[in-house]
Amino acid sequence: MNLRTMKKYLLPFVLMAVVGFLLVTACSGIGGDTETPESAAAPGDINAIAAERGLTPADIEAAVKTYTPTGQHDEYIMFASGGHSGQMLVIGMPSMRLLKLIGVFTPEPWQGWGYGAESSMEVLEQGKINGEEVLWGDTHHPALSETGGEYDGEWVFINDKANARIAVIDLRDFETKQIVKNPIAINDHGGTMVTPDTEWIIEGGQYAAPLGWEYASLADYEEEYRGMVTFWKFDRESGRIQTDQSFAIELPPYWQDLCDAGKLVSEGWVFCNSFNTEMATGGVEDGEPPFEAGASQRDMDYMHIFNLDKAIEVFKAGQTEMVADFPVISLQTAIDEELLYFAPEPKSPHGVDVSPGGDYMVVSGKLDPHVTIYSFEKIQSAIAAGGFETDDYGIPILDFDDVVESQVEVGLGPLHTQFGPDGYAYTSLFLEPAVARWTMGGPYADLNDDEPWSLVTKTFIHYNVGHLAAAEGDTVSPDGKYLVSLNKWAIDRFQNVGPLVPQNLQLLDISQPGTTMPLIDDMPLGIGEPHYAQIIKADKLDPWEVYPEIGWNPATQSLDPNATLAGEERIERDGNNVEIWMTAVRSHFNPEHVEINQGDHVIWHLTNVERAYDATHGFSLPGYNINISIEPGETATFEFDATQDGVFTYYCSEFCSALHLEMVGYMLVQP
Amino acid sequence: MATSLEKIIGPRTPEENLAEDRFRFRLPIIFFLIAALLLIASIFLPYWKMTLQAPQYPKGLSITAYINKLTGDVGEIDGLNHYIGMRPLAEAAQLERSLSIAAVSVLSLLLVAAIFIHSKYAVLLALPAILYPFIFLGDMYFWLRNFGLNLDPTAPLSNAIKPFVPPILGVGKLAQFVTIAQVQSGYYLALMASISILIGLYFQRRAYKPLIDSPAGSEDQPIAITDLD
Repeated sequence: MNLRTMKKYLLPFVLMAVVGFLLVTACSGIGGDTETPESAAAPGDINAIAAERGLTPADIEAAVKTYTPTGQHDEYIMFASGGHSGQMLVIGMPSMRLLKLIGVFTPEPWQGWGYGAESSMEVLEQGKINGEEVLWGDTHHPALSETGGEYDGEWVFINDKANARIAVIDLRDFETKQIVKNPIAINDHGGTMVTPDTEWIIEGGQYAAPLGWEYASLADYEEEYRGMVTFWKFDRESGRIQTDQSFAIELPPYWQDLCDAGKLVSEGWVFCNSFNTEMATGGVEDGEPPFEAGASQRDMDYMHIFNLDKAIEVFKAGQTEMVADFPVISLQTAIDEELLYFAPEPKSPHGVDVSPGGDYMVVSGKLDPHVTIYSFEKIQSAIAAGGFETDDYGIPILDFDDVVESQVEVGLGPLHTQFGPDGYAYTSLFLEPAVARWTMGGPYADLNDDEPWSLVTKTFIHYNVGHLAAAEGDTVSPDGKYLVSLNKWAIDRFQNVGPLVPQNLQLLDISQPGTTMPLIDDMPLGIGEPHYAQIIKADKLDPWEVYPEIGWNPATQSLDPNATLAGEERIERDGNNVEIWMTAVRSHFNPEHVEINQGDHVIWHLTNVERAYDATHGFSLPGYNINISIEPGETATFEFDATQDGVFTYYCSEFCSALHLEMVGYMLVQP
Repeated sequence: MATSLEKIIGPRTPEENLAEDRFRFRLPIIFFLIAALLLIASIFLPYWKMTLQAPQYPKGLSITAYINKLTGDVGEIDGLNHYIGMRPLAEAAQLERSLSIAAVSVLSLLLVAAIFIHSKYAVLLALPAILYPFIFLGDMYFWLRNFGLNLDPTAPLSNAIKPFVPPILGVGKLAQFVTIAQVQSGYYLALMASISILIGLYFQRRAYKPLIDSPAGSEDQPIAITDLD
């Protein structure tokens, strides 16, 4: 082709690029106003750039450790709860880039989560509470599925503390597939954690209430109010929690907090901590001590030790009572069958974290400056020895000194512990606020040069850390390398954006031993309050680029009966029912005209027939609150009653191509 | 005296020489058979491939042509082509693709037949197979041209992208796409078959020409085949 015709060929693509160019020039234009060309450092002169920006050598080192150029992928992926956004966050590490926000309990427009598409509406529907739609959640603790105590990258679970619900997310497409409402509890906290092969998902309770959501006066707190722990059976084959094979154990009305599953030597056991063993009922308005004081009177609360294997046997033997149609092992049965023991734990603890080998349980009493390390072996010996004291409900209490291996004074407000591969453990210190590195003893003592069971160093963070997440730091083989401090306060770390301030996730480099543990990056997040996170090696994840076949239903992860291929588009009318089979491809919907009558019931199937990676189309139907995202290959279905007449323009809401604006159609509703 | 049929099929392999000079008469057979096998094998291999590179497609897009099918990112390329009004690739060379396997089988059978024709006419039987790779490319070019020059004038970009002919081999450029077209293993087999046939024809001619020039049994001109070596 000659130059002239080539130029003509280029013209449309130049036009296509105009939008992009306009954006780029607009942005650089804004930036250009604030800086003068003369102030720019010589290209390639790193020191000059650093000097100009006021960066120290440590800053440069941190930047080099975390800067991830375009196209380079992160080594780790962090799944963080979205807090009261009710969602899940997917974050790349060490770049600390937000890659995705997964709609879970809360509708999310980008993914079309909860705006008509049946695959999302049905899941949100499962989250109804006594028939009431609850379209938010307080997501707390994500749990990646495990095989042999290692993350396997197949599933991730998360709880909704506010409403005692559990969600299942499929990591083939990073979409929520199931929400389960706990029928016996109104709230939870000690979830989700999984057993080493993900057979069971643990959901511990939080604020005691009568089981089954009944009424009882606070005056009858000790008799009528109860705690609980629920074990949800997960079936990998179907990718669903089997509610009919799940059960709960009734617990005293202490406020159970966090749990962790035993692993390796302690597999088959589960540990939860608790606070408010005082059974305070508050009432500050009546001159009673407020909860914060009432629940903090005793020096010791109780670590709950469950023999899960035995509990499963008891459940399978039918030794349960039905509460709200859900099988519950009663407190008395749990005592009689020796399913439950207590070990005293220092004051108002938050974490109970099982060491990589399953041999130690680390408890952080947040009002006690120590971490307390229990030995599983000693716990077993104490149980075998018998001769226990009991609490008021008759639950055997093991002697503190018999089961504790060590205590390490780490600092003020210890909350949560994670582990490294090198014999180090890391505990968040809410009050200082800092992250403490300390050494494990026993079989871990030889893994580093520091003295066993001792504090090694602290790194101060900004500010008020809650949970920690170390790379694969709660598995049988932690990776070390990175640790994220999930800070509750950011205060002055970022530009003021008004009184509601972003959360701050801070990245620490824990790859070097001893006292070297630098802070290397900040990640502000203005989306809820990420509570806990798990960090998985990125190469363990193997999600689809596009759905496996055209016409895929993400809810069933199989071909949809209403899959529509190009050429099969049609509109069929049966009385007042109109059914539409539509396709979407760059850059048109087919059909582009939908003519219906007011009062019709419309069932609309929409298939994205694209096979190209990232060729997602949106579908927005204004006036009927329909907003759908159809990824390549996906078939979505939505239904509505055509109550309003008029002219409606449906269009593609995900910029798909140069002719994206032309990807539109008319729905005409005749009165 | 030779009949016209004998003229066409040429002299038979002389039994008396076969034992002592087996190789001379076997050599053309080997080359013809190799050619036939190469052609049959090529049916299962790709002949031609075009790769399209553009920033939006980090892994590139490609279409691969076998003699009877197109594979690769046909759907995606069709999707892009619809913007410029190019017909779906599946509409190209439908007749050729439907007949191709039978046609190549016939070419191979003709080569087998050529083994038994020891006259100049063997060339006629072998000629289709010799020319086949060039016919393939010619046909490919015809369709590229046909598709490139017959764009739907009502397509979204028809006012901007004028009809064009993508290069059948080598590198081309269309808008943000760089196209790289190359022949593939199947085509190379077909080409090797052509060469093998030419070599076979040479050896066949060398083996039988003396017999034609001096027919066996002619008393005055005894054969001295070995002298020709």
